[in-house]
Amino acid sequence: MSITVRIQPDDFDPAAEVAQLTEGRPEIGAVVTFTGLCRDEEGRLAALELEHYPGMAEAEILRIAEEAGTRWPLEGITVIHRHGKLAPGANIVLVITTSSHRTAAFEAAEFLMDYLKTRAPFWKKEWLADGTSGEWVEARDHDDTAAERWQTA
Amino acid sequence: MKILYFAWVRERIGMPEEEIALPAEVSTPADLLAFLSKRGPEYESAFERPEIIRVAVDQTHVDHDMPIGDAREIALFPPMTGG
Repeated sequence: MSITVRIQPDDFDPAAEVAQLTEGRPEIGAVVTFTGLCRDEEGRLAALELEHYPGMAEAEILRIAEEAGTRWPLEGITVIHRHGKLAPGANIVLVITTSSHRTAAFEAAEFLMDYLKTRAPFWKKEWLADGTSGEWVEARDHDDTAAERWQTA
Repeated sequence: MKILYFAWVRERIGMPEEEIALPAEVSTPADLLAFLSKRGPEYESAFERPEIIRVAVDQTHVDHDMPIGDAREIALFPPMTGG
């Protein structure tokens, strides 16, 4: 299984990343992509600023991807997470999973996102529509619950 | 030991990282949080609810009762909100 993890300020192209994973790989029968975007929260936000822990962000996402590879029969995983100040509508995160069948690809993509939200060292700060900096986004119990459902007994 | 701070922990303390000589009795993240909280009001404010602070030793998540050992760097930060 191939794993690609990139942490970058620049935008990404989901179609180009899918092509990277699937070209010349006729055994792949399923591709699931998830793209997370910056919301404006009903006009309240001008931007989200994403801070990360360089080094650990890559290492932790790699650990999560390797864990997914032990749980599902995957052919490839790509995770790209942006940092810096991102305006509403901008891409924040991309997860792609490929497999011979869809169930593994769907489940692994959900697992990757659930774990990424609670374990990858990124933090979001709000920038408000009036130009001032707002609060740090608070972690949600909902995200912890989503991650916990993957824990094996 | 190199100590790193992120997000509102970094803002409250007023710096992203610092080098601190830790006394021998600081052997776990819980000990470290208690030790740092005594360094001044900014630390006290950052760690007023120590139980919610997440800890990474050499870039790996650890619980508050794990031994720090001879770590190179320890990072202290709020619960993560990426994705």
